[in-house]
Amino acid sequence: MSHSHVSTTINGQAVQYACPTDASLLEVLRDQLGMTGTKEGCGSGDCGACSVSLDGRLVCSCLVLGVEAQGRTVDTIEGMADKNKLHTLQTKFLEHAALQCGICTPGVLVAARSLLEKNPDPTEQEVRYWLAGNLCRCTGYDKIIRAVLEAAKTMREEQA
Amino acid sequence: MSAQTKQFKVIGQRLQRPDGIDKVTGRARYGADIDAAGMLHGKILRSPHAHARILSIDTSAAEQLNGVMAVITRADFPTPHKGFEDVQDNCMAGDRVLYDGHAVAAVAATSKHIAKQAIKLIKVQYQVLPHVTDVEQAIQPDAPVVHSGLVSRRVPKGFSENVVRYSSFGHGNIETGFKAADAVLERTYKTEATHQGYIEPHACMASMGLDNRADMWVCTQGHFWIRNMCAGVMAMESASLRVTASEIGGGFGGKTTVFIEPVVLALAKKSGRAVKMVMTREEVLRATGPTVSTMMHVKVGMNKAGRITAAYAKLFYQAGAYKQATVDFGAMPAFAPYALENVKTEGLDVITNRPRTASYRAPGAPPACFAAESAIDELCQELGLDPMEVRLINAAKGGTKSSYGPTFEDHGLIQCLEAAKAHPHWQAPLEINQGRGLAAGFWFNFGGETCVSVFLNNDGSVTVTEGNPDIGGSRASISMMVAEELGIPYEQVRTTVTDTGSLGPNEPTHGSRVTFAVGLAAIKSARAIIDEIRARLARMWEVDVTDVVWQDGAAHYTGNKAGTFEPLDLRQVADIANNLGGPIAGHHEANAEGAGVSFGVHIADTEVDPETGFTSVKRYTVIQDAGKAIQPDYVEGQLQGGAVQGIGWALNEEYVYGEDGCLQNTGFLDYRIPVASDLPMIDTVIVEVPNPGHPFGVRGVGETPIVPPLAAIANAVSRACGKRQVDLPMSPPKVLASMQKA
Repeated sequence: MSHSHVSTTINGQAVQYACPTDASLLEVLRDQLGMTGTKEGCGSGDCGACSVSLDGRLVCSCLVLGVEAQGRTVDTIEGMADKNKLHTLQTKFLEHAALQCGICTPGVLVAARSLLEKNPDPTEQEVRYWLAGNLCRCTGYDKIIRAVLEAAKTMREEQA
Repeated sequence: MSAQTKQFKVIGQRLQRPDGIDKVTGRARYGADIDAAGMLHGKILRSPHAHARILSIDTSAAEQLNGVMAVITRADFPTPHKGFEDVQDNCMAGDRVLYDGHAVAAVAATSKHIAKQAIKLIKVQYQVLPHVTDVEQAIQPDAPVVHSGLVSRRVPKGFSENVVRYSSFGHGNIETGFKAADAVLERTYKTEATHQGYIEPHACMASMGLDNRADMWVCTQGHFWIRNMCAGVMAMESASLRVTASEIGGGFGGKTTVFIEPVVLALAKKSGRAVKMVMTREEVLRATGPTVSTMMHVKVGMNKAGRITAAYAKLFYQAGAYKQATVDFGAMPAFAPYALENVKTEGLDVITNRPRTASYRAPGAPPACFAAESAIDELCQELGLDPMEVRLINAAKGGTKSSYGPTFEDHGLIQCLEAAKAHPHWQAPLEINQGRGLAAGFWFNFGGETCVSVFLNNDGSVTVTEGNPDIGGSRASISMMVAEELGIPYEQVRTTVTDTGSLGPNEPTHGSRVTFAVGLAAIKSARAIIDEIRARLARMWEVDVTDVVWQDGAAHYTGNKAGTFEPLDLRQVADIANNLGGPIAGHHEANAEGAGVSFGVHIADTEVDPETGFTSVKRYTVIQDAGKAIQPDYVEGQLQGGAVQGIGWALNEEYVYGEDGCLQNTGFLDYRIPVASDLPMIDTVIVEVPNPGHPFGVRGVGETPIVPPLAAIANAVSRACGKRQVDLPMSPPKVLASMQKA
């Protein structure tokens, strides 16, 4: 298998790696870079556990090749907290007990951040449809939806 | 002080779980998140046939591929310990494959890519045999037989050899009861198999030394059982295998048994290297987990006053390729919510060419409850009775002889029904094409084998070691109970799930047992610490131990020399512990009894599109008796999550088999679990009728929430569309077809 050299930016840091040309971005993150916060639930883009942002766009990293990150910026769960300060979404997820097993949580958080960047004041229905690509089997989504709505409110108040 | 009147300081608060920050930052380590130096990657070759004889397996080409370090088949496994034959056969097929996806061979290679290539180089010659995957076909006398000679003595005549077990429960005389009824309803109901659908696929890493001692890292609900089963399958001593449980990405019963773990051990043994294996989603759906599929005959009699005069159910549960007892756990709870004079349930265990079924949250109960509660609801419609009043009239109470035998202790069914009746949801108006469904459900709950140790650290903080993987916040709940008992802040306690080398055996996180049984053992361990402290201080103070009491987190002298000795808190005790005889620890080992039965009541509003048959859930309320909610957020979470899994089972989840006996929907796209946009908020009401078997009144809450939703949704859909739904899932084509029938 031939390898390609890739220069990219992950969570604000310049990163270089050589990866097989058929390796997914998810495999590169997890297996080569040791960034296991991004999870694999299906490998076919159906569950959203591997959600990351690529140039600000929400993607399933299992459906993106590692070589496609060349010259672009990738944001993962590991970069969500600002050093020792949790992102408001992370804080609200803890306050609202929006996770049980937690395996979908990184993907849900990355997806929710992406939503709030585009739409700081979503309705419940907008949150539900935006997160429809992130499967959670534990919570029934109730507490997740509440946490995202509450985080959006807090973030709007902080902006005001 | 009884649990009812006790004032709690820590318990009942919505405190944050100790693993929370790790789980929102990506730091938590799950099954697939660990690597070892020199590690190999394992991969399994699986059967493409539903039923076939293996004529030969040629592994030579795979073995010659550069990077392949081991190839194994069943021939590489030892004769298992007695009782583990089926487990071994399910992990790696012997002379026959019994279902599509059954493991046939496995490789370990230096990369995932090479392992995948190597699998394709293994040549298996099969002689395809007749198969059967449908429960109704499997019981016919001329059906293809999965295993010959397994039929137990009590099985009635007239079925194929696939009907392997029979059980029956009940009391009174149902024929007399049916004669006393004003209306008798007889129906046949069917449900399809579903999968637990945990988002984390099975993952495991193991290494084995030349002395045959092994270490394993695995996502599981119960690493002690994984150890025991692996030891049984690999003919090892349990002590030679140390298993560490990773954080677990959902289980719901499906991760209480082994699939890949013994295979990984066999590969590690043969290669002499650490081996890691992670299932694909397709493998998860084809070879792990699923529930029973069912065919259920139900007959219920009711009089005009709403009293159920007799209830009967005959359940055929398709258990997959091996004998199971799941049908018993359908036959027992089917009518458990009701005080009945005449009740009989029969269970028949049917084997087929499907994957071995595994537990799924109250295993066996949801289909039976769907059938029973649907029949009762239809009788209410027929007799013009209010379904809530009918359930109140018939509800089992403390002292009721249950439908499956034992007499109930105090429980909260009546309180749940009263809370449901008083809930605004029950009275809210419905719109056109909408219907409201009500269902009650029961689960036994369980205690079981439990070991806990609690240590007082040198600085006065407290470490709890327990052996049950934490899926939904149990470490928080256990820390809270220990903090409550010791009278110290929650933050002073840390609970850790320890490996199998560090604690005595524990049953898995199943049976809704952890907060109850581990909590109970942790409280008793904390009490042992208190008693030890009292005894030591009594010696130091030279007073009678009965005059030393533990109150509000400190030891107080209460005898006639009061005022002589200053109270000592836990940190002060820790400071001087070594001068008083050494470290202080408490531990408790028990087969915990007194789990306390659990009842829940669900209300569902659905809207059925008359043009497409598509059902949407408009409103949903769960009411359940938790005994005592240690951390209410996590109780609500169980109620909501269980309800939504049940909604999925009712409306869209199903295993679809082709004529070839192969599973056709092997991904989350086609096996569709509920997504956020399918659902409304799930309202919850926690009822607290303390369980007399637990010091704080705890009842398990995890399983009951999946029992009523199948029936609640079916009753709602039936009332919304005017046609009784008897076949799950209620997919749009099925519902539409029922509506178009005259």
